[in-house]
Amino acid sequence: MRVNVTVNGEPRQADDVWEGESLLFLLRERLGLPGSKNACEQGECGSCTVYLDNTPVCSCLVAAGQVQDREVRTVEGLADGDRLDPVQEAFVEAGAVQCGFCTPGLVVAAHDLLDRVPQPSDPEIREALAGNLCRCTGYEKILDAVRLAATRKAAPRGSGAQESGSR
Amino acid sequence: MSLTPAELTSAVSGGIGSSPQRPDGNLKVRGEFAYASDLWHEDMIWGATLRSPHPYARIVSIDLTEALQVPGVYAVLTHQDVPGQNRYGLEHKDQPVLAEEVVRYQGEPVALVGADHPETAQRAMKRIKVEYEVLTPVVDMETAADDTPLHPGGNLVRHVPVRRGDQHAEAEVVVTGRYEVGMQDQAFLGPESGLAVPDEEGGVDLYIATQWLHVDQAQVAAALGLPLEQVRLTLSGVGGAFGGREDLSMQVHACLLALHTGKPTKMVYNREESFYGHVHRHPAVLYYEHGADHTGRLVYVKARIYLDGGAYASSTGAVVANAATLGVGPYDVDNVTVDCWGVYTNNPPCGAMRGFGAVQAGFAYESQMDKLAEALGMDPVDLRIVNAMSEGSVMPTGQVIDSAAPVAQLLKLVKDKPMPPLSTVVDLRDMPGGVSNTTHGEGVVRGVGYAVGIKNICFSEGYDDYSTARVRLQVINGEPAALAHTAAAEVGQGLVTIMQQIVRTELGVERVTILPMDTSIGNGGSTSASRQTYVTGGAVKAACAAVREKLAKLAASRDLSAVDIAGTDLTGVDLAELLGDEVIDETVEWRHRATEPIDPETGQGNAHVQYGFAAHRAVVDVDVELGLVKVVELDCAQDVGKALNPQAVLGQIQGGSAQGLGLAVMEEIQTAGGKVRNPSFTDYLIPTVLDMPPMSIDVLELADPHAPYGVRGVGEPPTISSTPAIVAAIRAATGLALTRVPVRPEHITGT
Repeated sequence: MRVNVTVNGEPRQADDVWEGESLLFLLRERLGLPGSKNACEQGECGSCTVYLDNTPVCSCLVAAGQVQDREVRTVEGLADGDRLDPVQEAFVEAGAVQCGFCTPGLVVAAHDLLDRVPQPSDPEIREALAGNLCRCTGYEKILDAVRLAATRKAAPRGSGAQESGSR
Repeated sequence: MSLTPAELTSAVSGGIGSSPQRPDGNLKVRGEFAYASDLWHEDMIWGATLRSPHPYARIVSIDLTEALQVPGVYAVLTHQDVPGQNRYGLEHKDQPVLAEEVVRYQGEPVALVGADHPETAQRAMKRIKVEYEVLTPVVDMETAADDTPLHPGGNLVRHVPVRRGDQHAEAEVVVTGRYEVGMQDQAFLGPESGLAVPDEEGGVDLYIATQWLHVDQAQVAAALGLPLEQVRLTLSGVGGAFGGREDLSMQVHACLLALHTGKPTKMVYNREESFYGHVHRHPAVLYYEHGADHTGRLVYVKARIYLDGGAYASSTGAVVANAATLGVGPYDVDNVTVDCWGVYTNNPPCGAMRGFGAVQAGFAYESQMDKLAEALGMDPVDLRIVNAMSEGSVMPTGQVIDSAAPVAQLLKLVKDKPMPPLSTVVDLRDMPGGVSNTTHGEGVVRGVGYAVGIKNICFSEGYDDYSTARVRLQVINGEPAALAHTAAAEVGQGLVTIMQQIVRTELGVERVTILPMDTSIGNGGSTSASRQTYVTGGAVKAACAAVREKLAKLAASRDLSAVDIAGTDLTGVDLAELLGDEVIDETVEWRHRATEPIDPETGQGNAHVQYGFAAHRAVVDVDVELGLVKVVELDCAQDVGKALNPQAVLGQIQGGSAQGLGLAVMEEIQTAGGKVRNPSFTDYLIPTVLDMPPMSIDVLELADPHAPYGVRGVGEPPTISSTPAIVAAIRAATGLALTRVPVRPEHITGT
């Protein structure tokens, strides 16, 4: 089967796609975008989270054929060239990245949260990220990163606003 | 995408004691960091593994005919295709690369398929016909030693006795207990994966996620029947490890397929296969007897500890030694009788996981301390402080603790922390059961618990534990620049950051590049036993010292000998001017001080290099009607000797504590008759961000004079005390004995 899909703003085409393949497989193995991760492939860990028409989904649970003529945005499509998205920047700065295997999914999930709720409370952050497993960090620094990104987004750099990742 | 990982150079500065950003951080947040499962090679094929469905069975026949007929299949291999030794293992070579006459655990690899698509490989695998004669599995660790022998030498892998003082001591107050620890999984998120690329001379390059490149290389080469130089390993991106990558998984399999087909071969486990594809934490049954006088001072401790090693030995022997030598905990006890047995069964193989034997013992001895406090009518923290070991204390092995052991101080720190307030407004998100709406506060009881633990750091019992580091210094574009190379595996912990920090501090150079880790340099040792910052950090520091010596000679030859190169301060030295066109390139093997084997009859000996300590306080809310537990706060105090990177230290303590929380209330590979019942993240639960509470952490920096910069291994101690502190808190809330982890709802409700 042939699949046509817009990925990170660019039209892409894949041929010989097997009907049972997931969007995750399509991205990773056919379109050269391995940023979305294959940690459980059954929708439990969130490591493969991508935007599908602006809604975050587990790409392992979406059949490749389902994305025909739709728009996908992956972790590779968040930065603006060399400039990281504030969420990505905050993850590195706050120490929210250890092995990093959960990071792409968490970055997309946090990016979506801050789009919907610019200044989330801690319980709101926890609820929003509850579908993303991390085995290294114990989540404390991931919370720090989301708080930091929220602050940064509210007061862009150079405005002199307080930048703090602490609770 | 290149198979060889990127060299890591970050634009940030920062020596030891600061928290510069990880040099791989940008790549990781952009999704551009190449993990082993991301690798791709032109013309590559996919490997798949056929595994035994039975815990114990004789293989009567294997028929590959139909599998070989599937279009797109390049090879189907069995043990007959293993050209070298079909046996490997970390301590004992007892595990076949592919099963021969017998399978000893459910999930044991029997055959391999190489095909053009992972789905083709799966379909072909289902057409392999294996006839089994099913045998009765041995599954009880307490009786296994006397049961059907599963290996030629019988089912006892190792027995370690520890005898100290009066073996017949008596005490005024005696408490006994039997405790169980379930089988925990490392559950690293990046599944086992790698890519093997055959060369044109019969050798192979393997790009792999592992914890220990050189021990993998030696085992793979032996199985392939190749000399070491024809088996070259490069570390790919590793998605966590926690002990689960110390043994081989698909390393030999991918190389076999690649060499057999002449095609680059990729293997990636899915989550279910990952549960079958690596060793787990040993389940344990522990019998303890503690005797104390009326003031609470321990008179004696007796323990019998059984560890289930499963079908193959892996590192069971070393885990047994840890559980035995650390079996009474961080307490002064003059009279000790400990026996620990590790046995073979037909359960899943068990080996290294963060905490490595100290976790199982820690749950039991801390449960006993609480029980003893109750029998004495004492505060549980006071009882621990009365018995707390300190610098100069003598271990049950006779080893004197010769650096800081601030056990009492750590306990006081967590005890003196302010309590989290009881919430006055009902927010479901704060309740056990959360937004499942299982309670609005009715039936919810708060409890508080404490625990402290001890862990050995680095490899023990006389093991020649070293690391190799190469540091090069030269002028690039008018600026001095350094490069560091080791084979020590970065698995996420941040070793690459630490290496840059050390080089910056030692050489005063801002620009430090970390080369990919591979076997073209000498052994870096395992990324385990909380040892890499200590040992590979020590090696990098030593290599820098060798570079400085060369700098001093260079300065002398240029009549600049007044410059204090050998000292620690390089400020004021114009390195670019001094170096000119010279390239200084030094490789050093560095060892920590030697340890000794322990006496096989008495367990006496200076077995360990260093000891690490952490204490936790847990505050929990328990819905006693439904058995649901919400950990409200989990606080920790730990001595780290010297925090080379304070942010990374906190990350280790938080992550380690979370894994201890998992063992306390949710994580267990459940087996029945040797079969795994829950090999998925749907059924094997690890803590989410909703399960993990906020942590308040105190980090002590009491330098160990024997260690580089005074460091003390950080990764494992917090995993040990977290579990018993949480269970103690649940006991305080419920009044139940709770002798088994993980604590399940039915243990609390009695249903």
